[in-house]
Amino acid sequence: MDTIKYVEDQLLKENNHPSFAPGDNISVSYKIVEGAKERIQIFKGDVIKIAGAGANKMFTVRKMSGSYGVERIFPLSSPNVVEIKINKRGKVRRAKLYYLRDLIGKKAKIKEKQRR
Amino acid sequence: MNGIIGKKVGMTSFFDEAGKNIPCTVIEAAPNVVTQVKSEATDGYAAVQLAYGDCKEKNVAQSMKGHFKKANTAPKRKVAEFQLAVEKDLGEAVAIEDLFAEGDTVSVIGTSKGKGFQGVVKRHGFGGVGDKTHGQHNRLRAPGSVGACATPSKVIKGLRMAGRTGGNRIKTKNLKVVKIFGEKNLILIKGCVPGHKGAYVIIEK
Repeated sequence: MDTIKYVEDQLLKENNHPSFAPGDNISVSYKIVEGAKERIQIFKGDVIKIAGAGANKMFTVRKMSGSYGVERIFPLSSPNVVEIKINKRGKVRRAKLYYLRDLIGKKAKIKEKQRR
Repeated sequence: MNGIIGKKVGMTSFFDEAGKNIPCTVIEAAPNVVTQVKSEATDGYAAVQLAYGDCKEKNVAQSMKGHFKKANTAPKRKVAEFQLAVEKDLGEAVAIEDLFAEGDTVSVIGTSKGKGFQGVVKRHGFGGVGDKTHGQHNRLRAPGSVGACATPSKVIKGLRMAGRTGGNRIKTKNLKVVKIFGEKNLILIKGCVPGHKGAYVIIEK
């Protein structure tokens, strides 16, 4: 297992993403390649899940698009994740916020964490 | 056959420059020891025998103990014969970097994971019989008919049936060497490799 960790550490590229937690509202700038063209798309929503570790660390962002919930899973170490911006720190009591999927409107709102 | 003996450590993945996730297998191959040199004069063909993997002295047969002693090395677990491109003498070590470079195409030989007694669906990829419902009883994963009636009134030899699955010697060809960590004796190969973690595999070029 330590050998695998050594290999992952060697291959992992440094990224300067800020550390965020489930419940935070973030904007993910994601590079999209269309043929020869490249553009950057921003996906803004709440982090409902952080899974995996090391090179395979993934996070799920959920947003409401009109009345439809949209979720996107991003690999944290992917070079296509150009930038992550934290808009709000959320106050939640769970690591996986699947309960948000069943809630709509004001009930699906995450309270902001009060800074001391 | 130009090759080396290694030990499968496990799998991982990483992102390349283009943002593609590359799955790869990590194989550990500390320098193999040459335990025998065969030559045209003595054996009729030229080859070297490599040994890898430390093992306890009590687990080695007396005859093999003497064999390893001749090469002046500790007893090894796995022994295999290769025709190396590099010249090596008895007792010398062969490292990964002597034979392989990043970007090479290699084959990996190992013993596949044993699955035990399996049915035809898992073993040979049969589709099973028809539907799950509509009067279907318990024939869902059955092999179906194994032959005709009075002619030929026997089951043809070699018909695919249920039985012991896996645990065979498998060679996976056309694998790419992604990276080599010389100081840790590790080689990274794109894709998967037969065998379980900790299994001995032969990497050949």
